Amino acid sequence: MTDLFVLAEHRQGEIRDITFEMLTKGRELAEKTNTDLTAVLLGHKTKDYAEKLADYTEKVLVVKDTKLENFNSVAYQRVLAHLISKHKPLLVMIGHTGFGVDLAPSLATHLNLPLATDCIDVDFEGKKLAVVRQVYGGKVNVKASLRDSDSYIVTIRPATFEAKEIKPIGGEIAEVESPLAEDIENKRFVEYVQPPAGEVDITSADVIVGVGRGIKDEENMQMVEELASALGGVLGCSRPIVDKEWLPKDRQVGTSGKTVKPKLYIAVGVSGAFQHVTGMKNSDLIIAVNKDPKAPIFRVADYGVVDDLFKVLPALKGKIEEEKKA
Amino acid sequence: MDIIVCVKHVPETAEVEITVDRSERGIETEDLVFDINEWDDYALEEAVLLKEKLGGSVTAVTVGSEDADSTLRKCLARGADKAIRVTDEAFRSSDGHAIAKILHRAIKDLPFDLVLTGALAGDNGYAQVGVALAEMLGIPHAAMVKKLEPIEDLVRVNRELEGGLEEVLEVKLPALFTIQTGINEPRYVSIMGIRKARKKEITVLNLKALQMEADEVGESGSWVKVERMFIPPVEKEAEFFEGTPDEVASRIVEILRSRGLV
Repeated sequence: MTDLFVLAEHRQGEIRDITFEMLTKGRELAEKTNTDLTAVLLGHKTKDYAEKLADYTEKVLVVKDTKLENFNSVAYQRVLAHLISKHKPLLVMIGHTGFGVDLAPSLATHLNLPLATDCIDVDFEGKKLAVVRQVYGGKVNVKASLRDSDSYIVTIRPATFEAKEIKPIGGEIAEVESPLAEDIENKRFVEYVQPPAGEVDITSADVIVGVGRGIKDEENMQMVEELASALGGVLGCSRPIVDKEWLPKDRQVGTSGKTVKPKLYIAVGVSGAFQHVTGMKNSDLIIAVNKDPKAPIFRVADYGVVDDLFKVLPALKGKIEEEKKA
Repeated sequence: MDIIVCVKHVPETAEVEITVDRSERGIETEDLVFDINEWDDYALEEAVLLKEKLGGSVTAVTVGSEDADSTLRKCLARGADKAIRVTDEAFRSSDGHAIAKILHRAIKDLPFDLVLTGALAGDNGYAQVGVALAEMLGIPHAAMVKKLEPIEDLVRVNRELEGGLEEVLEVKLPALFTIQTGINEPRYVSIMGIRKARKKEITVLNLKALQMEADEVGESGSWVKVERMFIPPVEKEAEFFEGTPDEVASRIVEILRSRGLV
């Protein structure tokens, strides 16, 4: 039977969540297309990963090699190209993650297989693949079809599909000999670097005021700072604020920053790109202030204010201070 | 060090409401302001910083219409030495794969040590073109680079992963890196500076000049075909507060009070 590949992503001794999210979606697609869900596991010391993956799949293909100890797109590409050429899977699912974006485009180009990146939905209509992607920072969705092919590659946006536990399948685990002959000379992994912990741990705050691009100018940061302190909370932010160095990296909320779950998250001038939303959508109460009524942040907010934040914020601070005096 | 920077001229959409156009395969762009793609802005700055440190040249390349000249002028004003615009009606509806093919043809015979692109573009958000282009050029790459340090014949780069974690790699030159925002602080150029750059020439190439066939580009040369664009469905509707800022603030404080948050 034809395979449907899911590339298992693991790092620093753990299988990453995106793997199980893809396995859940992959199961649905495998049933629809009558294919065998197959996890592809590349690594060196892979502990019990293969057994864990076999709970979800008909098959686990394992390639072990010291050259695969840490992710290296060149090594991964060689091994995957070998496996894809041999098995001709209907679909290869890869995470749209730090690893996936370094790998999938060159792999697809090398194999000349159609690729759709950063998909939030994937569906087969017969043998034809249709995907949904987001454009313009999540403000617009695109339904797209891929050029007809026997095999397709997609990258899947993290935290899009919910990973579900299933009754363990206990699929077959097949170890495949590594096709990597020589060392990878032109791209070498050196180390992982963890950013230093800052003074404030926003993940333990009850109240976060999350500030985004809409704040416009560094001197306006004081306004949000004052609101946060009136609420006894701390400042968090989206990526552009860290890029401009108006707040340190440890205040960044989202995919490449922290995941927070405070009692109150007030988003000001944050449009709500998924990278940010992923990090705060599970807050107990979300209030958003934004000029654009269609800003994606309003899709996760409980309450919204469509107005100029420079008018709303001072008023809100004033009312909070009145309330505290009362 | 000779550096090629691939840039894209895109609409600024972070703070404006977008509407899908009547074809349902694009958006209304009439009222939008176009500028250099945010990620490319950092890539350009990184190229100019490297040139200032190590000597060499910076060439900016774009695939786009004549309107993209304003982005190329900005690149020239910011320190690029040459600018190339690749323009052809046949490029319309090209996906990331087709764009990578066009860029490959445009730069493959130019001398370079390094190719920089943005990690993604703010419009289509493929995060595909740079890494695909590297494969076509037959050179190594690293995506989402946050730090870049040349050491003799290689470059030590930090790649951004999830949760603030970074991965340090050593990549042999020539190489391609896709640049993540925040790697540097793009310099400000005055209107005067951009005006001065008007005197510099922009090389314009078309399909024929690239020795490509029409079916290699556009929709027929693409993997992904846009069927329909739509505003995402709302799963959970926020309750909107309306009124003056004071009225709105009072409503918010009521909610906070009811939850014991003030």
